[in-house]
Amino acid sequence: MMGSVRNPMPPPDGPLSLQPSPLNGEGGSDGASHRRRHVLDLDDFSREEIVALLDSAEAMRELLGRSIKKAPSLRGKVVLTLFLEPSTRTRVSFEQAGKMLSADVINISGSGSSAEKGESLLNTALTLQAMNADVIVIRSPHSGAPYFLARNLQRMGVVNAGDGRHAHPTQALLDLMTMRRHVGGLEGKRVVIVGDVLHSRVARSDVFGLRALGATVVLSGPPTLIPLDLMHGRDGESLPGVSVEHDLDRAIEDADGVIALRIQQERQGAGMLPSMREYTRRWQVTEARYRRAKPGALLMHPGPMNEGVEIASSLAHGPGAQIEEQVTNGVAVRMALLYQLLTGGHEEVTE
Amino acid sequence: MSRPILISGARIIDPAAGSDRTGDLFVRDGVLADAPEATPADALVIDGTGLVAAPGFIDLHAHLREPGFEDKESIETGTAAAAAGGFTTVCAMPNTSPAIDTAAVVDFITHRAREAGPIRVLAFGAVSKGRKGVELTDMEELARAGVVGFTDDGSPVATGLLMEHALLYAGELGLPVMDHCEDHSITAGLGMHEGPVASRLGLAGYPSAGEESIIARDIALLGLTGGHFHVAHVSTAGGVEMVRMAKRRGLRVTAEVTPNHLTMTDGWVLGCGCSMRGIAGPLTLAAYDTRAKVSPPLRSPIDRDALVEGLRDGTIDAVATDHAPHTFGDKATPFDEAAVGISTLETALGSLMELVRSGAIELPTLVERLTTGPASVLGERFAELASLAPGTPADVVLFDPEESWTVDVSKFASKGKNTPLAGQTLQGRVRMTIAGGHIAFGMAGQ
Repeated sequence: MMGSVRNPMPPPDGPLSLQPSPLNGEGGSDGASHRRRHVLDLDDFSREEIVALLDSAEAMRELLGRSIKKAPSLRGKVVLTLFLEPSTRTRVSFEQAGKMLSADVINISGSGSSAEKGESLLNTALTLQAMNADVIVIRSPHSGAPYFLARNLQRMGVVNAGDGRHAHPTQALLDLMTMRRHVGGLEGKRVVIVGDVLHSRVARSDVFGLRALGATVVLSGPPTLIPLDLMHGRDGESLPGVSVEHDLDRAIEDADGVIALRIQQERQGAGMLPSMREYTRRWQVTEARYRRAKPGALLMHPGPMNEGVEIASSLAHGPGAQIEEQVTNGVAVRMALLYQLLTGGHEEVTE
Repeated sequence: MSRPILISGARIIDPAAGSDRTGDLFVRDGVLADAPEATPADALVIDGTGLVAAPGFIDLHAHLREPGFEDKESIETGTAAAAAGGFTTVCAMPNTSPAIDTAAVVDFITHRAREAGPIRVLAFGAVSKGRKGVELTDMEELARAGVVGFTDDGSPVATGLLMEHALLYAGELGLPVMDHCEDHSITAGLGMHEGPVASRLGLAGYPSAGEESIIARDIALLGLTGGHFHVAHVSTAGGVEMVRMAKRRGLRVTAEVTPNHLTMTDGWVLGCGCSMRGIAGPLTLAAYDTRAKVSPPLRSPIDRDALVEGLRDGTIDAVATDHAPHTFGDKATPFDEAAVGISTLETALGSLMELVRSGAIELPTLVERLTTGPASVLGERFAELASLAPGTPADVVLFDPEESWTVDVSKFASKGKNTPLAGQTLQGRVRMTIAGGHIAFGMAGQ
């Protein structure tokens, strides 16, 4: 029998209680010495860990520029990608990242797999683990699916490639890498994220990454597409350290970076937007609005873009935008991440 | 006939008599009786010192899953779980397959309950045929078969008009309409309270307004129709306040609340009973705890406090478990896809005793809400189920208010192991349950 009595009611203002579960012996993160096993979000990355990863990604980018784009670092390692939602750039980016480091990459998609026959995610994952893969990269329409896998898989690392509306840590890392390359250090910088924040896993992970590097974040968008608690601050804050400014003209004033989020057409059908016309009038990043930001402010978009909706076409391909570079950096950060996860960063990348 | 039973020296809480005293209880021939001068030689004598004896608990709301979902629970395992939790009467919900919408299904349940053992199983009938929300069931025939009320629980009564007709028709039969108050136009069947935790986890939220709008609708209709509206598992501060006001107006509205909503909040979805403050920090692998997914969802600390106060002041008539057993596979999924519900019968007392220890509610009041409170929702003819008076059915629970125990779901009588309390230590434990004079549950050593 246990000696002490556990109060079943968590105190509303009690101390921070974030004990890892017994299943998470190696989860969490406390600095650089720690060997990370899963990448679920950026919320457990320290500044040092992010900086080290971005530094490593810079080295990977160099490799990408060579004529023979291959290093043997991950030879004999098996990377699975399990994409239960349509994706081109993220899946291909992971695949390329793995292959350039000589890992064997096996792609599984929702359709054509046992998932289509109704096999549960758990059974699918246990089966894949039994095949002795080293890491599984998962994209799921369900928030928290990577946590569920990480909790249930004892021998395989889990990388979140986007879960529902919750998190997309590798997208955030590539955003950070792009900003660092163009804006320099992010300490004290101001970044505006505009659009459908409510449904955006990119926005959530960006916020944690930007905060870790000392930047401040302003969210802008229609009140129907910003989380309620952030607007009203009624019960607390789900994304600490961010502010909300619905008026994009004001939000963008003197910003160092702007991230425009994709607007899904179906939001209009769901009654969340009066019309695309009204959306673009109020929240499109236009040339006039972009001029209100700091000179040379970086303009980014996680893709795929609706040119002429969330971002003016002229800007999307203009000098301030680094949208294709984001894609290149995406491969580099995923290489750095896989390398770190699968080797602990102890082997030489290039020979 | 089973042996006479003498419980000696227990703290006897008898809400129907308004008494709380130390003394003896004597059971003979299935009924309570005055203790004889000399203890009969064949009597089983139980030392009740340090224990509380009370009328057996009455659960207005349990999902026994049979017929149709016997992989989740059966009447046999569900009543065994009830007995282990101190309940001597449970009301079975009609969202079975087939639904309890004909007398034949009521007869089946009655028959299976008699086979299973001494716990009394009462059935709620469906409001609508097949729970489809279109046509009323044959309510009078169901009433004659023994149903104690009507509900489409699992779903709300689909339309205001159907609710109006149900209140009128059931009202004439003298039976309550229990409504699972959830406005699907707002909630879309979501399993997480709308608030910072849902937002942090990227889960779509079921706002309090989704419950409150249907409670408001039903109370407004009740003013029109008369009859008896019972609010199933109220979970919001606003809902409690509306019930309080409706009672003040003299409407026949009653309400129940679950032990889970009285003791847990949406922060439990973060895993490990993390506090609200946890949302600023990193999530752990325990996050997205599907065991804490329930409908209505666990809500904010403000709601929880309002529920406790509503229970204390009598706005809420009864604690009901909403025992909702599920299989391992039903819960071993991402949060969005997991079944809703918590296996509650066996942890109810242990978690509720926390409210007594914290001083939020007196023990006799808590016992009232588990006995005479639910009996009064069912109506006058069930008053004897919550009585310790001589001659009434010998339904008695004996519990240790102090005993600490760790929740080990592998030892549950229920097939449903789905509770976020697994591994937690609770204080307050049922030692023995006597139903109709038979020992339905007894801890070793008693």
